[in-house]
Amino acid sequence: MSNVTNGAIAKASHRKKIHDWVVVIILLVLLVAAFTISANTGTIRLSPMELFSTLFGQGTPQQELILFEFRLPRMVISILIGAGLAVSGCIMQGVSRNSLADPGILGINAGAGLMVMLFVLLFPSMQTMNSLFLLPALALIGSGAAAILIYALSYKKGEGISPTRLLLSGIGVAAGISAAMIIMTLKLTPESYTFVANWLAGSIWGSNWKFVMALLPWLIVLLPFAYYKANVMNVLNLGDQTASGLGTPIEKERILLLAAAVGLASSSVSVSGGIGFVGLVAPHLARKLVGPKHKMLLVTCALVGALLVLVADTITRALPLQKEIPTGLIVAIIGAPYFLYLLSRSKG
Amino acid sequence: MKLSESSDSPAQSNHNQPPTQFHSRPWAASLILTAGLALLAFGIALSLSFGAASIKLEEVWNAVFHFNPELQNHQIIWEIRLPRILGGVLIGVCFAVAGAIMQGMTRNPLADSGLLGLNSGASLTMAICFALFPGTSFLQLMLYSFVGAALAVVMVYGTSAISKSGITPVRLVLAGAAVTALLSALGDTISLYFNVGQDLAFWYAGGLSGTKWVQLGIVVPWVVAAFIGALMLSRSITLLSLGDEIALSLGQRTGMVKVAGMILVLILAGAAVSLVGSIGFVGLIIPHITRKLVGVDYRWIIPCSAIMGALLIVFADLAARMINAPEETPVGVLIALIGVPFFLYLARKERRAL
Repeated sequence: MSNVTNGAIAKASHRKKIHDWVVVIILLVLLVAAFTISANTGTIRLSPMELFSTLFGQGTPQQELILFEFRLPRMVISILIGAGLAVSGCIMQGVSRNSLADPGILGINAGAGLMVMLFVLLFPSMQTMNSLFLLPALALIGSGAAAILIYALSYKKGEGISPTRLLLSGIGVAAGISAAMIIMTLKLTPESYTFVANWLAGSIWGSNWKFVMALLPWLIVLLPFAYYKANVMNVLNLGDQTASGLGTPIEKERILLLAAAVGLASSSVSVSGGIGFVGLVAPHLARKLVGPKHKMLLVTCALVGALLVLVADTITRALPLQKEIPTGLIVAIIGAPYFLYLLSRSKG
Repeated sequence: MKLSESSDSPAQSNHNQPPTQFHSRPWAASLILTAGLALLAFGIALSLSFGAASIKLEEVWNAVFHFNPELQNHQIIWEIRLPRILGGVLIGVCFAVAGAIMQGMTRNPLADSGLLGLNSGASLTMAICFALFPGTSFLQLMLYSFVGAALAVVMVYGTSAISKSGITPVRLVLAGAAVTALLSALGDTISLYFNVGQDLAFWYAGGLSGTKWVQLGIVVPWVVAAFIGALMLSRSITLLSLGDEIALSLGQRTGMVKVAGMILVLILAGAAVSLVGSIGFVGLIIPHITRKLVGVDYRWIIPCSAIMGALLIVFADLAARMINAPEETPVGVLIALIGVPFFLYLARKERRAL
C-alpha cells in the first residue's frame, strides 16, 4: 500500500460509490419497466397510458377491478417475496460464508411443505377459502421448526456452528423431510396431490391484498434489520477468528441473523409456496454487480430478487398455455442457467 | 496435498509403490466379499419366504431350483418375489458403485448421483416419456434415462470445465445443485402440465415391487458391463483419488479415465433410476463405510461397495415390507431414514470446507 496515496484510495472509493448507485438506479428502472409490462400482461390488456390513468383513479370500473383486485396484489406479492427470499439468501450466505446456502437448501421450504402436506392429508375437505389463511401460519410453524432442528443438529459444544455443518445438516434434514413427504404423496387424492404439487413448486396463490398485509409487517421489520446488521455480516465474512478478534459476539449475532433470515424466508414461502432459487441466484448476481460489502449488497440483492420473481410471474401469465405453470419453476428455469454461467466465469 | 496428511503412508517415501500400499486392507475386503455374499444369499432367501403368503425356506429352494408351474407358491416366488429382490440387488449395486466411482474421481466425500444431478436428469426424461409418449417400452425408458443422466453430466462437467480455474470439488457440487434445480423444475413443469406427477410418484415409489423379468433382462447386461468396466478402471480411480497431479505424475491419462468413469456412472445411475426412480443416499453411505473398512484401494472398494449396496437394499426392502405389513413402505423412504442420520453424522465430522 505504500505507493498508493490516500487521495487515490478516496478517489477509487468515490468512483465505486457512483458505480453502485448507477447499478441501483438501473435496477429500479428495470423494475418499473417490468412492473409496467406485467400490469399489461393477461387476457385483458391495459396500455401503459391506461395503466397510469387507472393507477391514479381515472380508469373505467372494469380496468380498476382488473388492476386493483387481480393484477396489482399479485405483482406486489411477487416483488415482496422476491426481495424477502433474496435478502434471506444473502444473510444465509453471509452468515455461513458459503455460497451454496439458500432458504431452499437449508430446509425452510421442506419444513413448510411438510406442514402443508400434513394439513391437506388430514383435512382434505378443508381446502376452502378459510383454510387459505391457516396454511401460511402452518407453513411458518413448519419452517421455523425445521430451522431450529437444523440449528440444533449443527451445533457442537465448544465449537458452536460451523458454516459447512450448517449447510450439510440443512441438506440432510431437507432430504429426510422429502422422504416423509413421499409416503404422504401416495395417500393423497389426485386433487389434493395437484394442490400440494403446485404449492411445492411455488405458485403464487395468495394473490389478494390480505396476503400482502400478512406479509408486509415481516418485511418492514426484517429488511431494515438486515440492513442495520450489514456491518456485522461484513465482519463475520472475515472468518470466525478475525470476527471474534474484532470483538463481535459471533454466536449471538449469528443466531439473530439466522432468525431474521428464517423469518424472511418462511413468511415469503408461506404466501408463495416453495420458490427455491431466488435466494441462491440473487445474492450471487448482486455480488457480481456491487461487490461483497453488505450495505450495497443487501439493497441490490432485494432489487434483483424482486425483479426476478416479478419477471418470472409475468412469464407464467404471458405463456399461451391452458394451465398456469408455477412461478417457482420459471424462476428455476431462468435462474439455474444464469447461475451456471456465473459459476463458469468465477475464479477460485 | 492429500499425501502429506497421512504421514504413515508408505507412498510418501516411495512414489512408485503400487496403489495397494495406501492403507489397503485386502483381508478385510476379502472377508466382506465372502461374508457379504453369504449374508446376501441369506437375505434373499429370507426375503423370498416373507410376504403376504408366508412360504417355507425349503419350498423357496424348490421354487428357485426345481420350479413347478402348477404350484401357486412357486408361481408367487418365481414371478413376483424373485424379480423384485433381484431388482433390489441390482439397484443397490448400481447406486453404490456409481457413488464410489464419483467419490473417487471427484475426491469429493459428498458426491453421489443424486447430488450431482444425474438422478434428476434421468427423472426428467422419464417425465417426458410419461407425459408425451405414454406407450414407451421399458428398453426405451432406460435408454432415455441414460440420455437424461448424460445431459446432467454434460451440464455439470461442462460448467466446471469451461471455467477459468478448472474443475474443483466445490464447483462440481455447486454446478450439481444448480443443474438439479433446473432439471427437476423442467420435470415438474412437464408433470404438472400433463398431470402425470402422481403416476410418476407411484412409479418411483412402487418401482421395486413392480419389477418384472423383462425389465431385469434389459437392465442386467448394461449393469454387468458397467460393473466390469468399473473393475477395469478401479486402479486408475485409486490414482485419481490421490489427486490429479499425482495421477498425472504416475502416468495416468486423467482426462480419459474421467470420461470413461463418467460414462460408467451414467449407465449405472440411469439404469437404476429407470428401474426404481431416484433413491438417494445409497451412493453416499456405502462407499464411505466401505472405505472405512477396506482402505483406499478402489480395486477392493468397488466390489465391496457393490455387495454392501445390494445388502442395504435387500434388507431395507425386507424391513419396508415388515414395518407396516401388508402395506408397503417405499424402500427409498426407508433408505432415507437410515441415510439422513448417517449424512448428518458425516456432516458433523466434516472439517474441510465444501
